[in-house]
Amino acid sequence: MVAAAVALLMLFVFPMWQIILIAPQYPHGVTMHIWINKIGGDTPSTIQNINILNHYVGMKFIEPDAIPELKYFPMVIGAMAVLALIAAAVNRSKVYLGWALLMIALSVAGFYDFYLWEYDYGHNLSPKAPIKIPGASFQPPLIGTKYILNFTAISIPHIGGYFAGASIALAAAAWWLKNKLSRNEKADSIADNGKPAAVGLHSVA
Amino acid sequence: MKSHFGYVHSAFSAVLVISFLLLTSCNNQAPNRGGGAGVLSGDVASQVYVAPGEYDEFYAFMSGGFSGQVTVHGLPSGRLFKTIPVFSVDGEKGYGFNEETKPMLNTSHGFVPWDDSHHPELSQTNGETDGRWLFINGNNTPRIARIDLTTFETVEIIEIPNSGGNHSSPFTTMNTEYVVAGTRFSVPYPQRDVAIDSYAENFKGVLSYIKVGKDGEMEIAFQILLPAFDYDLAHSGKGKSHGWTFFTSYNTEQKNSLLEVAASQNDKDFIAAVNWKKAEEYIKQGKFKEVPAKYAHNVYNEKTHTATSTMMKKVKVLTPADCPGLVYFLPTPKSPHGVDVDPTGEYIVGNGKLSANLTVHSFSKMQKAIENKAFEKEIEGVPVLKFEEVLAGVVEEPGLGPLHTEFDNNGNAYTSFFISSEVVKWKVGTWEVLDRTPTYYSIGHLCVPGGDSQKPQGKYLMALNKITKDRYLPTGPELCHAAQLYDISGDKMKLLLDFPTMGEPHYAQAISADRIVPNIKKFYPLEENEHPYRALGEKETKVVREGNTVHVYMTTIRSHFAPDNIEGVKVGDKVYFHVTNLEQDWDVPHGFAVLGANNAELLIMGGQTETFFWEPKQEGVIPFYCTDFCSALHQEMQGYVRVSPKGSNTPIKWGLGEDEFFQ
Repeated sequence: MVAAAVALLMLFVFPMWQIILIAPQYPHGVTMHIWINKIGGDTPSTIQNINILNHYVGMKFIEPDAIPELKYFPMVIGAMAVLALIAAAVNRSKVYLGWALLMIALSVAGFYDFYLWEYDYGHNLSPKAPIKIPGASFQPPLIGTKYILNFTAISIPHIGGYFAGASIALAAAAWWLKNKLSRNEKADSIADNGKPAAVGLHSVA
Repeated sequence: MKSHFGYVHSAFSAVLVISFLLLTSCNNQAPNRGGGAGVLSGDVASQVYVAPGEYDEFYAFMSGGFSGQVTVHGLPSGRLFKTIPVFSVDGEKGYGFNEETKPMLNTSHGFVPWDDSHHPELSQTNGETDGRWLFINGNNTPRIARIDLTTFETVEIIEIPNSGGNHSSPFTTMNTEYVVAGTRFSVPYPQRDVAIDSYAENFKGVLSYIKVGKDGEMEIAFQILLPAFDYDLAHSGKGKSHGWTFFTSYNTEQKNSLLEVAASQNDKDFIAAVNWKKAEEYIKQGKFKEVPAKYAHNVYNEKTHTATSTMMKKVKVLTPADCPGLVYFLPTPKSPHGVDVDPTGEYIVGNGKLSANLTVHSFSKMQKAIENKAFEKEIEGVPVLKFEEVLAGVVEEPGLGPLHTEFDNNGNAYTSFFISSEVVKWKVGTWEVLDRTPTYYSIGHLCVPGGDSQKPQGKYLMALNKITKDRYLPTGPELCHAAQLYDISGDKMKLLLDFPTMGEPHYAQAISADRIVPNIKKFYPLEENEHPYRALGEKETKVVREGNTVHVYMTTIRSHFAPDNIEGVKVGDKVYFHVTNLEQDWDVPHGFAVLGANNAELLIMGGQTETFFWEPKQEGVIPFYCTDFCSALHQEMQGYVRVSPKGSNTPIKWGLGEDEFFQ
């Protein structure tokens, strides 16, 4: 469960998500990185370059300062990491399960929030856009690949996202192991007349 | 083919006649490509074919000759990538036109808009080309330029005083400690009003050593005062001969008129061997004279995006008579042109352009001769070593008019022969001729990648030809110059490709692309921009009037100028548009041009600020626009300046758009 906390904190070390835009003029792609607390890219000027592309079709400028989630998401993640450590100390299978379920719920909420932002950027277009394409939306995919005009947009997790997923998996694993060991303990305690179990091992899982 | 060289045995005058016939008779001949294109084997095309989107293996940096520039080609395709403006103004890039680069072309004679560039020379580390910088000499108004190979821009030019015709230059030492400059036209020393026929008495030949610092910055360390010969070409030693430079000379007859005859009388001229490590000792000991010398030193600053020109006032001069062991003369037949040192550093090839044979000196024999004082005589304090005591060997009758030699990585040498129009491959050490191949026509320099370094990369040889005659579709009286590419990986040289070049390609150097590509800069970071008139965002744009000078702080970003409407400019004002390109992406320059301006355009790279000077002469509303097709809305990237009559009250006003759509 400690590992789950550490994996979760990797969100502060690596980007959580990435959107890669590929076009003939951008053979190596323009890669936007979404962090838990900021938006960047594979180069320092990626956001400027994406904003330049977006302005042709009247999309809003991406301004990280105007996205409140980037302020409170880090606090949520920090809190979840603390909860994970508390859970490890408590070392009860139901606590592990509860943490994992809470994390899943938060992830679903996060994805929904991400979708809303994408919808907003993709649909809320300036009426003065130089290029107007009736009926077109420029909303990037939530996950996967989509063709938007001359661009192929690929939306997939980055390293931080995989770590977040791993933290849920680790919590689930801790829950499962704890359950299994508890059952064995019960069986053992009946057989061996109550020898103490090696608790330390599973709290590290 | 061999019988052709029977002519060599006849008198030298016959050689001249032959060369005259060869040069003039081509006009009357039907196209004759025997031995060349007609017999190209089928796989040749694939050897030079670089598929669309693929990269060439080598960069080739070619002198632009009398264009004053450098061109960058790919090998083996021969494709032209870029013309780097160096010594001549270039309207395409605004070089020498915008305020920032005008100081690059400043000299002690004022602004000089042109020169004749000859010998590109790559910087070296441990005798190997390292891809940091390219140096090139300006022959007419003696200068050396340094090009930064992360940006492919000229970043420094230093003028060489006491010199006339900077031909034996720049030719680096093996760790780029120095580049050199030798005068091809000796001039009065110090320069003054004397009778031309007082040449022998008043003229001197000056060799200069230009120290190269760790960031490439150049400084004239010292000059050496030599007899008034014509110092033609040079190469520095390497390996065992590191610490020496060899300069060829002609006109040891010291004549000042009808040189084609008068300077071709001596059987032997000299290669001047200069011990520059010794020179450093003499400088340390204070054995120099500091003499007044006015020369410009121009440096481009990548942070301010601006060049500054500093007028230098003094130079240190060493005189051989005061500095024993500094210079020796190696007698070399006959009016030697190129001097080339083999990769081991042992052999010094004197390409006697009017000689029937190719003379090769030995560095170790030279050392021994110096030790034994095997001197023939002394000229102005310079000992002349005995020819036989320094001679390593002779390539017998290889061709007519040897000019230059380059080397491969297998102990072979390749010499260009101007008169017989061919390249001859010979074995270093045995002096045996291994192969010969014609060139079309009249080859000057040749180039093997790394071919003048300690570690040649081999594979290809490029012939740089002086005339093309019937090789290409004709273009009026002036025909293109050209290079030819040969495969030298086998025993026999094989012609692969002809391709036209810019100006007259003198020398060229080639280097494998992987030594340059990883260091290429894609744009200039805006946060590092220290231009005094920068505008790092549209909020910083403004128009400021100071008397009759107007400064426009302008920005560009796809696809507009900020501001794009300007009022309050008056006839007779001096208007400076300081344009900062806010783009921070690769390959997004913006251009800037103003109708009727007596100026070229600006071409501004991402993150750069450049300044356009304009003196409006007529009232009206003058359009300006972006010249580089930057984006889908490039055609919309335009603006207006209102020019009011002199003395009118139109207030200074500027603007962009109506709403916040463009921030």
